[in-house]
Amino acid sequence: MLIKQLSVFLENKSGRLTEVTKTLGDLDINISALSIADTAEYGILRMILTDPDKAYKALKEKGFSVRLTDVLCIATPHRPGELAKALDILSKNGISVEYMYAFEVGEKAFIVIKTADNQKTIDTIIAHKDEVELINADEICQIRAK
Amino acid sequence: MIWNEYNECMSREEMIKLQSKRLCETVERVYHNVPFYRKKMQEMGMEPGDIRGIEDLNKLPFTTKQDLRDNYPFGLFAVPMSEVMRLHASSGTTGKPTVVGYSRKDITTWSEVVARCLCAAGVRKNDVIQIAYGYGLFTGGLGLHYGSEKVGATVIPISGGNTQKQIQIMRDFKSTVLACTPSYALYLAETMEEMGVDPKELSLRVGIFGAEPWTEEMRKKIESKLHLKAIDIFGLSEIVGPGVSCECEMQNGLHINEDHFIPETINPDTLETVSEGEVGELVFTTITKEALPLLRYRTRDLTVLHYDNCPCGRTLVRMEKCKGRSDDMLIIRGVNVFPSQIESVLLNMGETKPHYLLIVDRINNLDTLEVWVEVDEIFFSDEIRNLESLSAKIKHQIESTLGISVKVKLVEPKTIERTEGKSKRVIDRRKL
Repeated sequence: MLIKQLSVFLENKSGRLTEVTKTLGDLDINISALSIADTAEYGILRMILTDPDKAYKALKEKGFSVRLTDVLCIATPHRPGELAKALDILSKNGISVEYMYAFEVGEKAFIVIKTADNQKTIDTIIAHKDEVELINADEICQIRAK
Repeated sequence: MIWNEYNECMSREEMIKLQSKRLCETVERVYHNVPFYRKKMQEMGMEPGDIRGIEDLNKLPFTTKQDLRDNYPFGLFAVPMSEVMRLHASSGTTGKPTVVGYSRKDITTWSEVVARCLCAAGVRKNDVIQIAYGYGLFTGGLGLHYGSEKVGATVIPISGGNTQKQIQIMRDFKSTVLACTPSYALYLAETMEEMGVDPKELSLRVGIFGAEPWTEEMRKKIESKLHLKAIDIFGLSEIVGPGVSCECEMQNGLHINEDHFIPETINPDTLETVSEGEVGELVFTTITKEALPLLRYRTRDLTVLHYDNCPCGRTLVRMEKCKGRSDDMLIIRGVNVFPSQIESVLLNMGETKPHYLLIVDRINNLDTLEVWVEVDEIFFSDEIRNLESLSAKIKHQIESTLGISVKVKLVEPKTIERTEGKSKRVIDRRKL
């Protein structure tokens, strides 16, 4: 259920993002999802990868500050109002979202989500499995646009 | 006009005689009243009687800022606390300030030397002096205050900050003398421009500037912008505060009040006295102070001493404007800052010490301090708010240690250049 997300600290200067993505490309690591949180001076790159452990090691060797964090991925039907529904379930159960990023593949929308309490989130989503689906790491990495 | 013609214009022979007499008394006193000095002298196999005059000065042990810290707060005082009338302190490493004490006589001496300085700068009893040095534990404000009162000038004890109000009062009260740090003087000039106040319409004629190093270029800029004569005053709290030395109207070196504080210049590595006219680290021995007499205190300031005669008539030895430091201390907005202070703050934040870099600059005539901290894995988080609270925490802790505001910038690991395995800690862009 838990998905390993790799975060990288990036200073706002040119070429840093290229360096990270090139390193991953050279190792044949695929990026399934990605988001950047930016501030005035630095950003945090967050990625779901085909081989997070290998990427962690490689980037660390290159001198990047990296971290693996457990996140969750949920899927909803790709239709207006579905995300609101899913978030409503979380908020009604007292789960607050730290950050999230999303992408759609055909009929489905995938939302990578970090909450303060992963286990509680898992339990809540399982209790509402008719409305929201939990996605495994393997599934994300195998998603191909149909 | 010379405030104390007898002491300020003595022949060299008379001065040496006076210094020698006072030095012997001081050595006798510290030997009997300050265990630190007694121990040091005993270790060197010395007795007070071995010092017969200033020719024996270089036999005496040195005192460093570290000695003051090690004896925090009152360990080096030579009088009981009942005789201590005032305490001042400067910021110090790991939160421990350097504490200095004054007896009643010390306060009188301090007022006297500041009065001499002001008089040499051209300040008279008809002047209105606006003291924009900080009042409080910092010696700047109160030191100038007592000296100004002694001269009989009208004192405006406005203290630092509140720039617009400073200018309003300067205009309305017709201040003729401004006492503050040179960088604040420039900042005032700039604010005047913004406020549409023409310095020519003010009554300023003399500026008493000190507490931080400044250049001849800065002097020219201040003089042309504020339409006053910019005089350099020097001092350090350990010796007395402002008033250790000051320029006269000739502006060709700062006359040291050497009948109270004997100066020497030494090579900071060999500790040998340098020849006259050569750059050396300034060392002072106080010879009239009661509460905190110091033998051969190493100021870490680099300068040159000149014993030739000054056209003003004073025979007091002159020191050049300080040329730098023989340690890594920075003076930022008049506050002494050691890189080690920031290091110890960072050390307290995590398990290991992160790499850091201090960038000192002067923007709009105000010193700025930016602290770059490498975000290694111990500090890194995938959540922005954690990083923001980290930098806020670093900022807060550094600010409460140093007492000045700083900007904290988080940077990637290995951003900060390493030379011979050690990081470069400071980049000073102020061109001093």
